[in-house]
Amino acid sequence: MTTTTVGTIEVEVTDDGFFVDPEQWNDDMIPELARREGIDPATDDHVKVIRFMRTEYFDKGTGPTVRVLGKTSGVSVKELYQLFPKGPAKVAARIAGIPKPRGCI
Amino acid sequence: MSDTLEKISIIISKGSLDGIYPGLIMANGARAEGIEVNLFFTFFGLDAIHAKRHEHIKIATVGNPGLHMATWAGGIPGVSSIMTHYMEHKMGDLDIPPIPEFLEMISDTGAGMYACKASVDLFGLQKSDFIPTVTDIITVGEFYEMAAGGQILFT
Repeated sequence: MTTTTVGTIEVEVTDDGFFVDPEQWNDDMIPELARREGIDPATDDHVKVIRFMRTEYFDKGTGPTVRVLGKTSGVSVKELYQLFPKGPAKVAARIAGIPKPRGCI
Repeated sequence: MSDTLEKISIIISKGSLDGIYPGLIMANGARAEGIEVNLFFTFFGLDAIHAKRHEHIKIATVGNPGLHMATWAGGIPGVSSIMTHYMEHKMGDLDIPPIPEFLEMISDTGAGMYACKASVDLFGLQKSDFIPTVTDIITVGEFYEMAAGGQILFT
């Protein structure tokens, strides 16, 4: 566990960069968090996936895996990997300020 | 050595349901972590990418102690189909896709799919026998060139 400063706000993150408390996150953090993941700028499509991750997390208690994202977010698996080449669910979860999704498929 | 895995090459050498799924799950999971993946299908593992066969992959009910059933019972006609159907049903509940759909998804993640040339020649197959997501038919040497710098997983 460590802390990082996003904008002017200090947030607690895990060693692999996931927010410990999703409530510490806000919309304004998206561009900076995306930049840290090598995504610059975050497009509307990125933001769509990021918001979907958060909605799912608060609805279901865990972020969706790539398989679930591909089936339910309206963005195909192929497009997801184009948007987030380093792993859609993992990277989008980090930008969305939620824990790493758990699931093998 | 780096403590992160950048690339993995997964060899799928068996043609049964339980021989194919683990490699596919490991491949899909690796891509989800942002790891570069190449799948290499060899020997009976070629059935996984064979356009006419990959929808009919069965679980082995003879000589499979993991199923905890008598060998003679596993040999009764139809038992393999019933067990396969049961397994597919259980996997469907967990949202594990059927093999054809899973392969398409893994291809969409950007993983490479290759058929082993020696096995393709052995079984008298050609590229047109495989699903379109198969990138190429390659030799063992080409496989090792592709796998260089990463880890290799044999299943």
